[in-house]
Amino acid sequence: MGGSQRIGVFICHCGENIAGTVDVSLLAERSIEFDDVAFSTDYEYMCSDPGQNKIKEAITEEELNGVVVAACSPSMHEETFRNTVEEVGLNRYRCEIANIREQCSWVHPKYGDRATDKALKIIKGTVEKVKRNEPMEPVEREHADRCLVIGGGIAGIQAALDVAEAGFAVTLVEKEPTIGGHMAQLSETFPTLDCSQCILTPKMVEVNQHPNIDLLTYSEVKNVSGYVGNYSVRIEKKPTYVDPDACNLCGDCEDVCPVNVPDEFDQGLSSRKAINIPFAQAVPSSYTLDEEACLGLNPLRCSECAEVCDADAIDFDQASEFLEKDFGAIIVATGYELYPKKKMGEYGYGNFEDVIDGLQFERLLSATGPTSGTIKRPSDGKVPENVVFIQCSGSRDPENHNSYCSKICCMYTAKHAKLYKESVPEGNAYVFYIDIRAGGKDYEEFIQEVREEDRVLYLKGKVSKLKKVDGGLKVWGVDEIAGEKVEIDADLVVLAQSIIPSEGAETVGKRFNLNLDQNGFYKEAHPKLRPVESLAGGVFFAGAGQGPKDIPDTVAQGSGAAAKAVDLLSKPTLTHDPQVVSVDEERCSGCGICVSQCPYDALEINSRGVAEVNEILCEGCGTCSSGCPANALTLKNLTNEQVTEVINAYLGG
Amino acid sequence: MEFEPKLVGFLCKWCSSAGADLAGVSRREYPPNLIPVTVNCSGRVEASEVMRAFRDGADGVLISGCHPGDCHYTSGNYKAGRRVALLKHTLDEFGMNPDRVRLVWISATEGDEFARVVREFTEEIRALGPGPYSNAKERR
Amino acid sequence: MDRVLIAMPKKEDKRKLAAYWASSCGGCDVGLLGLHERLLELIDFASIVFWPAATDFKYEDLRSYGDGEIDVTFFNGGIRTSENAEMAELLRRKSEVLVAYGSCAHLGGIPGLANLSERGTLFDTVYRENPTTKNPANTVPKQVSEGKFGELELPGVNEKVGALSDIVPVDYSVPGCPPPPEITEDFLDLLLENDLPETGSVIAGGKTVCDECDREWNQEAIEELKPPGDVNIDPDECLLDQGIICLGPATRSGCDASCPSVNRPCRGCFGPPEGVEDQGAEMLNSLASILQIGEEGTGLEQERELLGALPDPLGTFYSFALPVSIFGGRVEDGGTNEHE
Repeated sequence: MGGSQRIGVFICHCGENIAGTVDVSLLAERSIEFDDVAFSTDYEYMCSDPGQNKIKEAITEEELNGVVVAACSPSMHEETFRNTVEEVGLNRYRCEIANIREQCSWVHPKYGDRATDKALKIIKGTVEKVKRNEPMEPVEREHADRCLVIGGGIAGIQAALDVAEAGFAVTLVEKEPTIGGHMAQLSETFPTLDCSQCILTPKMVEVNQHPNIDLLTYSEVKNVSGYVGNYSVRIEKKPTYVDPDACNLCGDCEDVCPVNVPDEFDQGLSSRKAINIPFAQAVPSSYTLDEEACLGLNPLRCSECAEVCDADAIDFDQASEFLEKDFGAIIVATGYELYPKKKMGEYGYGNFEDVIDGLQFERLLSATGPTSGTIKRPSDGKVPENVVFIQCSGSRDPENHNSYCSKICCMYTAKHAKLYKESVPEGNAYVFYIDIRAGGKDYEEFIQEVREEDRVLYLKGKVSKLKKVDGGLKVWGVDEIAGEKVEIDADLVVLAQSIIPSEGAETVGKRFNLNLDQNGFYKEAHPKLRPVESLAGGVFFAGAGQGPKDIPDTVAQGSGAAAKAVDLLSKPTLTHDPQVVSVDEERCSGCGICVSQCPYDALEINSRGVAEVNEILCEGCGTCSSGCPANALTLKNLTNEQVTEVINAYLGG
Repeated sequence: MEFEPKLVGFLCKWCSSAGADLAGVSRREYPPNLIPVTVNCSGRVEASEVMRAFRDGADGVLISGCHPGDCHYTSGNYKAGRRVALLKHTLDEFGMNPDRVRLVWISATEGDEFARVVREFTEEIRALGPGPYSNAKERR
Repeated sequence: MDRVLIAMPKKEDKRKLAAYWASSCGGCDVGLLGLHERLLELIDFASIVFWPAATDFKYEDLRSYGDGEIDVTFFNGGIRTSENAEMAELLRRKSEVLVAYGSCAHLGGIPGLANLSERGTLFDTVYRENPTTKNPANTVPKQVSEGKFGELELPGVNEKVGALSDIVPVDYSVPGCPPPPEITEDFLDLLLENDLPETGSVIAGGKTVCDECDREWNQEAIEELKPPGDVNIDPDECLLDQGIICLGPATRSGCDASCPSVNRPCRGCFGPPEGVEDQGAEMLNSLASILQIGEEGTGLEQERELLGALPDPLGTFYSFALPVSIFGGRVEDGGTNEHE
């Protein structure tokens, strides 16, 4: 640092908290003897108005260019004192706190002189540090104004609506031809037994009609570049071969289409045509021609649908549209899938027709489903008399499947059992469980009702095996409470399959450099305190993509993520802590060792062959600077020299 | 007079230094031998700084960061873990007792643990005696 | 015999040049010859007034020169004996420009690894414990002893090996083991053009070997470490990436990455890059930073085991620069020391 150093040392008594143990006036006397200290004083409460005034006056009168406040932890008052010094024109980063309370006086009450000695050393070290602090200004950047929401399930829908209502433009990208996600497939939702589509479709319509929302269905994010506040995204809008404005949902095309494929919306329990609408309330309200199922998009192969379409809505010449847009904030809401039955060797590898998963059961329950709401077995259409529900199928099983709990299965299994009993009162419903997790509002009461009033038999134990026998399935399980093995002849088995991240999640994650946890769910910035933020700035999460959760939590997260996005978008510029890493280009050889260590992708080797730091992405951990073998990188205001001098101050004398 | 070890502690700001603060708030006592150097992340600590601390007279060096998986900056503590492993091995080859360097994980909620670790480390180093560049007269 | 007539400038116009080998293998004197025909330019420029490896000048001759009379002295070899130290001081006094030539003079060099043992231990190992040494009297070298011709005084072996700069101020350092011809030529040019940089400079690059190395690295973590002999070395991929420990990232540039370019890992003979005190500490720190087994955070135990079992970290990371490192050699403590 050029010029002379004039450091002021201000020692706080903090009432008796510091002064009771440490000799504060001695500290003031001895501090002024340190090199480059031009002023020192002690006072009862430095953080008070008079205390702060002392600091301001001393800075002005003594022409101080650096300040050390020896007081409580910086977590308490670093901001306070930095604001104080800024008021009289001293750069805030030329003010440092010496923690002589939490890390000294409070923990060494019986050490007398040694406590004072330690406090003095801490002050001396802090003086050595602040002397070498560069003044810094927060880094400012402009940002784009739109928000991108990836995923049109309830999480994405909620997030998009909240951001749009706050007055910002939103682009919602959904890979299916309709928004709604899995919630649209559900019959009723626990614990209220609301009709799922009834509560969902109004929001879907709102999304479609909202002036601030640009809805892109049958679309995918193809490429991303840029960084927080300025993401440049390429989106592919796939051709549906149907003009959504012209289509009037008459369904004539569907009637004549010769192709039958399994219906994804019904989870394979029924079939659909190549041209179809996933469900009646789909948004946008239009048919879609599935290119892969279609015979050839070519009048020479087949053009039955186009020929009968009175609205002239079908166009085989539609092509993919590519859009490039800039976004300031991204919300990732890619949702979940069910762990495939074919992985459950113990339950038949998915080969038994009458062993179904929870979403399939939802479709059986649903009035718009393949059986119009009557529960029928897939194999022969008979109404099942004995239904076995197996919880934790694929969950809580680290040796064979997933180790985690999928959170919602206890509740939806209870719901399924209840709805089955309401539909088939003389039927028997058995639930095999390990534990019952019913943490939400009214959840526990719901479970008790299912067990006591609906007379569903809950058996605590696992099912070791299913076997197909004539007319049904044998279920071998355990009742731990009775201490007995159990054998049930079941007509239908419903597996509460583990929740896993949806198929496209990993790809989306890679595009935005998002970390995934060991189970493939998006990793949040902090598991407790930052559950909707990723470590990548400007990207937020909502819904099951971040971890299994129920609808209330999903909606809450959607709103939470929206709040974070709005926070970013509403700032005129983005500011960033200026304590970042800087590169000495004369020393840097572009070896790239730093690049591999940065968790924020804030470093790259640029066209000049040297490392370059993106100051907006850099969070200032300093891992790269300490990992640079040529000392070409430095973390501002925490340099090697500063660390060495601080330690020297501690050890000397 | 009993040998009082001089200990330097690198504490990461987000977990360990906060844990040390909590020890203070909870009034958990420990001896004043260890003087803390707060770093943003345990990943900021490098081998040469630890070596220099010894060369400048430290008898022991403690490095404390967030628990694996909890690093505020995602992965700085993993780097710290690896660097300290190789550093200790190298210090051993240099003839220094590698136990003079200790790596611990202390979270912001572990005030008790911080105090316990400092007490323990102080006694361990006291038993090992002055470090290789100590100006304490007493030698083992 | 053919006679070649060379027009020699008058002796009075020529500068004076000296070269000396302290604790040296002799390679640096050969290294000077790496100038090849440019040696003639050097000879044109200066007459040799002292060079034990090549001429018969005696110490008396050296002592007879005036202070600063020698224009440039190339001093190679480390400081191991009292004679080395004496000569370092003498040559410093007599030379205008003193050049630490080669890794040993610059950094202490490979002989510096002896700093990992006590002097007494070295003697015991060589003279007393070596199975094939016949030493019935169980003696070790002494500085003063009775010999056939009376009292014999030999140079003492210092406690530690040092670099030249540990004894006297050094004007320039020319690094390398030995310095490559290009580096020696660079210095020659500066000398001939009277364009020497500020004193204290190292006559090589200011960056690291990676700057000059053409190999590619994808900047991802490395998963394992292998001895070079176990790897079918890809000539285009970074050696570290192939699991071979290469000190390039922590070594001063200037050699054109000559070893990596022939499939050998850099061993660090140019010493630490500009601005780095301890080459070994930087390299071990960076190597540990980029080693990663499996997804980060999942292989912690294995990573620590691997690093904790790395064979011979001192020989690997401190081959050339131990004496000028932070510790300089063995430290006195209660730890295990296999070198004892």
